[in-house]
Amino acid sequence: MLTVSNLHVAVGGAEILKGLSLDVPAGEVHAIMGPNGAGKSTLSYVLTGREGYAVTAGSATLDGEDLLSLAPDERAARGVFLSFQYPLEIPGVPALTFIRTALNALRRARGEAEVSAPEFLKLAREKAKSLKIDFEMLKRPLNVGFSGGEKKRMEILQMAILQPRFLILDETDSGLDIDALKIVADGVNALRSPERAMLVITHYQRLLDYIRPDRVHVLSAGRIVASGGPELALELEREGYDKYARAA
Amino acid sequence: MSVASAIRADDPSALPSRRDEDWRWTDLRGLIRVVPPPSARPERPVPEGGPFKGLGDIELTIANGHLNWWPDPDIPGPVRVHTHDAPEAPFLTAGHPMASRAARNGRDPRISIISFDKDGTALLRFVSDGGGSHDARVGVMVPAGVRAKLLESYEGRGDGYLANYLIEVFLGEGAELERVVVADEAAEGVSVSTAEIHLKHGASFAQTVVASGARRQRIETRVAHPGGGAKLRLDGVYLLEGKRHADLTTVVEHKGADGVTAQLTKGVVRDQSRGVFQGRIVVAQGADRTDARMEHHALILGDRAEVDAKPELEIYADDVACSHGNTIGALDQDALFYARQRGIPEPGARALLTEAFIGEVVDRIWFEGAREVVRQWAGDRLRRT
Repeated sequence: MLTVSNLHVAVGGAEILKGLSLDVPAGEVHAIMGPNGAGKSTLSYVLTGREGYAVTAGSATLDGEDLLSLAPDERAARGVFLSFQYPLEIPGVPALTFIRTALNALRRARGEAEVSAPEFLKLAREKAKSLKIDFEMLKRPLNVGFSGGEKKRMEILQMAILQPRFLILDETDSGLDIDALKIVADGVNALRSPERAMLVITHYQRLLDYIRPDRVHVLSAGRIVASGGPELALELEREGYDKYARAA
Repeated sequence: MSVASAIRADDPSALPSRRDEDWRWTDLRGLIRVVPPPSARPERPVPEGGPFKGLGDIELTIANGHLNWWPDPDIPGPVRVHTHDAPEAPFLTAGHPMASRAARNGRDPRISIISFDKDGTALLRFVSDGGGSHDARVGVMVPAGVRAKLLESYEGRGDGYLANYLIEVFLGEGAELERVVVADEAAEGVSVSTAEIHLKHGASFAQTVVASGARRQRIETRVAHPGGGAKLRLDGVYLLEGKRHADLTTVVEHKGADGVTAQLTKGVVRDQSRGVFQGRIVVAQGADRTDARMEHHALILGDRAEVDAKPELEIYADDVACSHGNTIGALDQDALFYARQRGIPEPGARALLTEAFIGEVVDRIWFEGAREVVRQWAGDRLRRT
């Protein structure tokens, strides 16, 4: 599925990722943990094509196809989805309009027929219900005036409707209370499948109690410095990142 | 000094120039060396309809300054139109608000008057076809208690024309008028439209102007606000591309206590276009408890596009609630990335965000039929690449 090799990325002239390599096969959930400033968000943005992130060396491919040469919307059409750490507010665009526009753009890009308005409403209603989102909220401009937890739930709703193949969750647990965290995790877990893979980026172990990873990687100073099973996350929780910060 | 006198006297030196403070960004004298010859009546009549086709009880169309369509004043209906073809205008009786002006100015051969006897909707169309110069003057009467809609359009098809219009609106006590203007002039046309709005106590006037610019396009609205519970909404949208220029200028004078003014203008400029917003609100001494809010926000989407804004509040009264806000910026790159990450290609994402930006103004239009016409018209322009 996703293969990242020796990736070097600079932001504003400063090198943030310094030879990152990572392999996430289909069907697996991998967690990236690391201290602040390790390059976690940089990784999520460079994989999704945000401007201002210069790849100076290395590669990233999805099912063998070079991701880095594609526009952000082309990557989305290949199935890449980023759940933002800080979801954007889109004034003037009702959430339903935004999501339907995105769904139909993805379908067009894949040569599929667009969904009709009634079909879409049915789908949105059903997914909103499962995430305990008030359907009326979807008529309001996307994320405008929403609480932190509501914004994160809207990300998961979009994920549930757009059905991506490769999911990146960037600090999805931040700003969530325990009830919201469970709802969000249930939504994410519902998407686990042998055809999909996920990269869960988090500072804290807490989220991984709910979204169980197959592998855990420690990102420090722009590189993966350790990898292991779920027990690695517990160790980090206990002992902190200090020893990896030194290792880097 | 005015565009009208320049046209009538064939005298370009009478055109407003950058030396006039209110015209500094729309300098016509520097642009026009020779006043084009008077426009002839178009060879073929302009078809009925226009952008608001089907939404009006009556239609008055003035093409190149000549009457093109106008309803027979004897046919009963909520709205009557009197034109200069009528032998003696019955509306200019003593005491009529326009009578003193007529006496002062002499009988104006170019004047037409739309009178709302009852609640109703009128289409008012100004069509320019060819390269000449022309002007026209229209009065709009909304008597006390009547609720009216005026759907106005500027439809330029010619090349290099110079057009000037004066619209005088009189609202009686408690009368209501919503004026929605679509200004769709030709890229090489020059068009100036001035509306003078006279309100009585308790009247309500709401306006939305959407403009796509021209070689020079100026839409000016001047309101004499009496206070006394009268309400005013003055909104605008300009969507410019190429080398087009649009100037939305408003002057509101609050002369009495307890008046309300709400103003929201938004613009999107691309390429080498130029948007001008001048908004002045004057609150006279004694116009206490005036509530006046003015906002102007513009998006610049081209390196060589320009927006000039001059919001002004002049307050001579105490105990007022007045504010203005003005922002000029680029499209939010983070929002653009977010939309693209969800799969919306860049042109679509830009259109979505800019439509949403101006949607806030469009949503304030009361009359749903007109609102959807404006939304469609604006959307078509924003989706052009």
